[in-house]
Amino acid sequence: MIVEIFGNFIENLPESPEYLILGFSPSSVPLQQRWRNNGLSADFLADYLTTFFPAKEDDPDTQYKQEEIKGAVSYIANELLENAMKFNNDCTNYPIGLSLHLQSDRLIFMITNSIASNTVQSFQHYLDKLTNADTQEMLITQLEENALEERGNSSRLGYLTMIEDYGAKLGWKFETVEKDPTIVTVTTMVQLNI
Amino acid sequence: MEIKTETYEINYDESTMTICFEGSLRLSGMDEYTPIVELLRGIAEKTPPHITLNLRELKFLNSSGINVLSKFTIEVRKNKAIAMTVQGAKNVPWQGKSLKNLQRLMPALELEWE
Repeated sequence: MIVEIFGNFIENLPESPEYLILGFSPSSVPLQQRWRNNGLSADFLADYLTTFFPAKEDDPDTQYKQEEIKGAVSYIANELLENAMKFNNDCTNYPIGLSLHLQSDRLIFMITNSIASNTVQSFQHYLDKLTNADTQEMLITQLEENALEERGNSSRLGYLTMIEDYGAKLGWKFETVEKDPTIVTVTTMVQLNI
Repeated sequence: MEIKTETYEINYDESTMTICFEGSLRLSGMDEYTPIVELLRGIAEKTPPHITLNLRELKFLNSSGINVLSKFTIEVRKNKAIAMTVQGAKNVPWQGKSLKNLQRLMPALELEWE
């Protein structure tokens, strides 16, 4: 099996005592109809997680922390799902899986989807750029470039905002999971300190 | 001028030159955002002396939505006759994280926190 790693990716993630996994069968419903599900799933994960960060009525710090984590999970999970749905290779029946792991000092998101073989190279080229660039500068440059584009369906802001606005660490693992026909998957890992 | 859907609402009050966003904006890609982009462009083209962008009730926004607000900010920046104030709420987490980027794009923009 061919494996390629980019950025900050932990292989053999230690088992966490608390985790959630959501699975989606990509070809069962058309993209447009399941788009709404991304937000619902992201909000569910965010809501669910608040149990572990209880807000105390007399302690505004705990309330702030809970809101902050809820907002970050909801944003990041939604972006990861949107990306996975958008770039998934619907010609395969490979499922999209999103898991959220709670560790003592951080949250780890992992999402796996299949991607079309002919898009792997340009995606990896982008990741090379992203992992070696000054992301603050790259974010502003991307916003300026997007403003010049009349259409263009990809804003390329998801990863950049996770890194710059949420302080997340990102990594990617590409695997060829099947041959003949070839199925390539990408797992995106997002680590968020809590 | 307004756009009203099940999940979000945008309206422009010409007398106060205020654009209000409410709800949750997580549309898929730039195509779905086109009506909003056009509404915002229409407002900028009228060159009001001041625009207030009230986002306080906008609870969620995805990265494509951030792109729409950034595009609008750059459009306003190009027209030196328009001043802009963005009203945000610290208790809406995405705003505390991402609104500062609008100010980076347009340093003269005023950010008002609630």
